[in-house]
Formats: sequence, structure tokens, C-alpha cells
Amino acid sequence: MSGQAAGDALAGHAAGAAEAAAAAERALGLAGHLPVLVVLVPFLAAPLAVLLGARRLTWPITFAAALFSLAAALSLLSGVLGGDAISYHIGGWAPPLGIEYRIDAANAFVMVIVSAIAVAILPYARASIAAEIPARQHVLFHALFLLALAGLLGVAATGDAFNLFVFLEISSLATYVLVAMGAYRDKRALTTAFSYLLMGTTGATFFVIGIGFLYMSTGTLNMADLAQIIAQQPGNRTIHAGFAFIIVGMGLKVAMYPLHLWLPGAYTYAPSAVSAFLAATATKVAVYVLLRFLFTVFGPQYTFEAAELTWVILPLALLAMFAASFIAIFQVNFKKMLAYSSIAQIGYMLLGIAMLSQTALSGTIVHLFNHAITKATLFMVIGAYVLRAGGAFYRDIEGIGRVMPWTSAAGVIGGLSLIGVPGTAGFVSKWLLVQGALEKGWWWMALLVVASSLLAVVYVWKGIETAYLRAPRDDVDRREAPLTMLVPIWIMALSTIWFGLSAEWTVGAAGTAAEALMSGASELPISGGAGH
Amino acid sequence: MRHHLILRVITKILAGTIMLFAFYVQFHGDYSPGGGFQAGVILAVAFILYGLVFSVETVQQVMPPWLVHRTMALGLLLYAGTGVFSLLTGYNFLDYTALAPHQPEHGQELGILLVEGGVGITVTAVMLSIYYAFVGRTPVIGDEEW
Repeated sequence: MSGQAAGDALAGHAAGAAEAAAAAERALGLAGHLPVLVVLVPFLAAPLAVLLGARRLTWPITFAAALFSLAAALSLLSGVLGGDAISYHIGGWAPPLGIEYRIDAANAFVMVIVSAIAVAILPYARASIAAEIPARQHVLFHALFLLALAGLLGVAATGDAFNLFVFLEISSLATYVLVAMGAYRDKRALTTAFSYLLMGTTGATFFVIGIGFLYMSTGTLNMADLAQIIAQQPGNRTIHAGFAFIIVGMGLKVAMYPLHLWLPGAYTYAPSAVSAFLAATATKVAVYVLLRFLFTVFGPQYTFEAAELTWVILPLALLAMFAASFIAIFQVNFKKMLAYSSIAQIGYMLLGIAMLSQTALSGTIVHLFNHAITKATLFMVIGAYVLRAGGAFYRDIEGIGRVMPWTSAAGVIGGLSLIGVPGTAGFVSKWLLVQGALEKGWWWMALLVVASSLLAVVYVWKGIETAYLRAPRDDVDRREAPLTMLVPIWIMALSTIWFGLSAEWTVGAAGTAAEALMSGASELPISGGAGH
Repeated sequence: MRHHLILRVITKILAGTIMLFAFYVQFHGDYSPGGGFQAGVILAVAFILYGLVFSVETVQQVMPPWLVHRTMALGLLLYAGTGVFSLLTGYNFLDYTALAPHQPEHGQELGILLVEGGVGITVTAVMLSIYYAFVGRTPVIGDEEW
């Protein structure tokens, strides 16, 4: 809309111009509004589900909203894969004054991950949730799931630093309650959710303090605008402080190694479907935010030359890869083992960031996707075990491979992908990371990546041994998981193989995303989208 | 609280006044300090005061928990619905010009009024549901009410 792009005041809304523009936009239809609709539809579906309050309608509403988001995210991604960015102005107010939604390859890719995982988990969740959460809470459960989904998508979609914080809080608050809903099965979920609340809120507070510092010295909240102004003020101490606050705050949300303490408990005691959704999406979106701030807002030069960040992130990433894998080996609870393994996998993503090359960064972004589908598969398998065996401890699932062969076979595929066996998705991202290390001449780093994968072999083998080589217990419900769970589990398991064998799409999209991040969003050409 | 005659009488007088003040804050939000959030809290105070003095059961006859949940969702939908309306009429999300295309200033005023109304409704319901959660430890929503 020409009047609005120029207009920073009501004068820009001159009746005639607005009407002509409106007519032009009606021709565009809803397609031009996709950047906001992808977030808005699940966000609207949540109160709608509560308002209707009908248990039978809730699931279809939730699933339809998630499906719409997936379609919208895919369509947005296909629009930006050429390297463009789509800008959408909320309320018709032009950035930097107004809130801008800015879609480029990086965040469109993240939105596809989040919404695809939601679509895969919802059919699976029906049986799992029915067993783990009392029926009277189902409406509220789905409303919270939708809010968490909308929040995560919003974090990815927005180009406004403060708006990002708001969406981060929407998703986090919904997540705390979702984790606490595990209390119907295990009361420890309540204390876990509380400590998650404390740590998560501390992280969010640090983040918003950092944003405050940036706003104080730049006077803007728009990320592209921030990037330009920060580049002009290299020696500003306030911006340095803001940078530190943002990194520590997001470090908490990402579960960067020494700040990871909330994660194992939250993943262990949450309802199975929630564990699967969180493990696959929440930390991934936080990694995206970290990437966005490190590379777009502050810019690689600022981040890595002024702040020497490589030597801060690199040791922490290595520590995560080894210490967390080592802890995972000694767990007796399957879910907790996977939670520690998640912390180790986040180490790989941070490693890719610290290496600061386009290959390594695409490795990080591909790993976001590959680890999401791998961990979703594994947590969904555990959810099926919990449904039949009543618990996720190793002693509960002894010999369950013979009782539930299909579920367990999918679990094995997920485990192989977690290790990074060739032919699975996990291999692709680790290969890119190793390549990135070799490009830099860091052959020792390549060796360390392989060495930590060997630790993954140990803990995955422990799970396989328990499931297959022990005698089944007598009191276990001797049935395969229901089909509504098996089908989504196998879709995820097969997709880990699919994306392991044909990696062109993921690696290509991640490459474009890495390029978009490394070049800084402000330089990208803008195309499409309503409102300008 | 049966023997606290003064408290009961004063509460009955004040409850209405507090509500009136809440609406004053709500509708003056566009050109004086105040708005949906403050008004929502004040409106909830009227209910909470009534509940403190005359028992939770009494106040829940007026605002049963299921209604509180629905109201919460309704306020949010009013806010987002305003945005969706402008989206459907061809403007950007939350572009209030859509509400009065020929007089954009009036559209802005109407838009902020609707949005603040949504905020007020939601905040009232959230405050009440927090209060209910604190005073009633056992879940008050029966299984059949959903």
C-alpha cells in the first residue's frame, strides 16, 4: 500500500489512496497475508476451542489450524527460497515504527519445522493424551498446545525484537503449563514445571533487559533497523552489555550446556506428546533466535571480532557434546536419557555457529531440522511405551522389542539417526559440520565430532539392549501400540531415512538460510507480501 | 462474615461504584491514562471484593468458572477478530482504517476502542480465574460442563 509505506502518520491513510490500495489488495486475496496468517490461525483457534468448549470439536480445530500453518509455512518457504525476503506491516504501519513480520529462508525453514512437527504429533497425541490427561482438561490442553505453536511460529515470523519477546513468552507460558500437565501421571511434573518456569523466566528477563539496552542506545526495535544502527556504533558499551544479556538469556532458552538444568526434568515428566513436541521445536526456535541476533542484528563481524564469541561458544559446545552424552549413558530413564542427548545435540548446533563459516552454519540449520524429526520419532516411541508399559524407566521396558516390534523398530531407526549412521538424517548434518571443520583446517574438531558420536552409540545401544535383549516382563500390556500412534511414528521414522538419503532439499534450504543470515537481512531484496 | 454488618453494607454500595469506575477508565482510555488492562483489573476487583465478603459460592453464582473461561476466550477473540476484520476487508492485520475507510481517524478510534474492550474483558476474566484458583483448591469445573 503506497500510502502506508510512506505514511508514519494518519495522513498516510488518505481515504482515496487507501481505497485504491485496498481494491488492489483484495485482488491479492489472502495469499499476501500469509506471513501473519501462519501465526494468527493457531492463535485464533486457541480461544475458539475454549469458547466452544466442546471436547469433540477441539481436536479437529487444533489439527486444522496446525495443518493450515504447515501449508502457509511451506508456501512462504517456497516463496523465499530464491533468496528474497517478504515483509508484512502489522496495522499498515511502516517499519521501523510499526511491527514488521519479515520472512526469509531462515525463519520460513524454522516455521516449516515447527508446524510439520505439530501436524505429525497431533494425530499421535490423541491416544497418548487420552491415557495421560483426564478428559475434562482436554479442551484446555489443546488450547495450550495451539498457543505454544502460535508462540513458536510468531517468534520465527516477526522482525521486531520486542514482538519476538512477547511471542517467546506466549509459547513459554503455554509450555510451562503443558509440562505441569504431566502431574496426572507423575507429581514430579509440578516441581519440574516450577523450576522450568523460574529458569525460563530468568532467561526471558535477561533477554528483555538486553533488548532494553539496545533500544536505549539505538531508539529502534526493528531488527533490520537495529542491525544498521549497531553497525555504526562499534564501541558502544551499552550495546555490548545488551549483547551479553541477550546471549545469556537465549542461552537459557536454548539449554546451552551450563544453563541446561531445566531441560532434563521438563522433558522427562511432561506428558509424552508434549515431550515430543517440545524436544523437536522449543529449543530449535531458541537456536534460531540466537542465530538471528548473532548474525542479523549484531552481524558476524561484531559478534565474532568485537566479542570473540567463538572462544566462548566453542568450549561450551564441546562440553555439551561430551558431558551431556556421558551423563546420558548413565541414565535409567529412557526419557531422561533422550533429554541429555538433546543437550548434547544442541552442542553440535552451537559448534556450527562457533565455526562461523557458511558450511558449518548450514550444518547447524540442517541439524535443527534433522534433530527435530529424529527426536520427535524417539520421544513418540517412548510415548507408545509409556502407554503400554506404564513408565519410561529401563526396567519398565525390558524386552519390549518383542512385544511391540513395530514401535521398537521405529525407535531403532531414530537411534541410528541420533548416532549419525550414514543413510539417516543425523548423518547429513554431522557430515556438514565435519566438512565445515575441515574447511577451517580444524581436523581435531572433526575427530571430536566423531568421538562424541561414539558416546551416542553407547547410550543408544543401552536402549536397544534393554528393549531387545532382556526377557519381557510378565505384567506388561502385551500389545502393539494403536495404529493412530504407529502411523505417525512411522511417518517420522521414514522421514529420518528419507531426509538422510535425499538431502538436496534440506541442505539447499539450509544453505539459502545460512546465506540469508550471513549476509544480514537488511541487504536482502524485498518481494511480495501485502502492505507496500 | 455474617456478623460484619458494616463490611457487608459498604461492599454492596462499593461494588457498583467500582464497576462504574472500571467503565470510566475503560472508555476514557483513548485520551487519558487508563485503558483495557487497568479497567479489567478494576472490574475484577468488584467481583473479588464481593467474593471476599460474601463467600466465593455467592460470587460464582454470578460468574461461574465455566463462564469465566469462555469470557477470557471471548475477549481475545474480540481483539483478534478486529484484526481479522481488517484483514478480510483487504487491509493489513489490525489496520483500523478498515473500520471506517472514508474517515480513517474514526476508524483508528473505533479500532482502539474494540481492541481495548477485548483486553478489558480478557483481563477481568483472567484476574477472576486467578482468584478462583487461589480460593478453591479443588477443581470447580465439573466433568460434564465441558
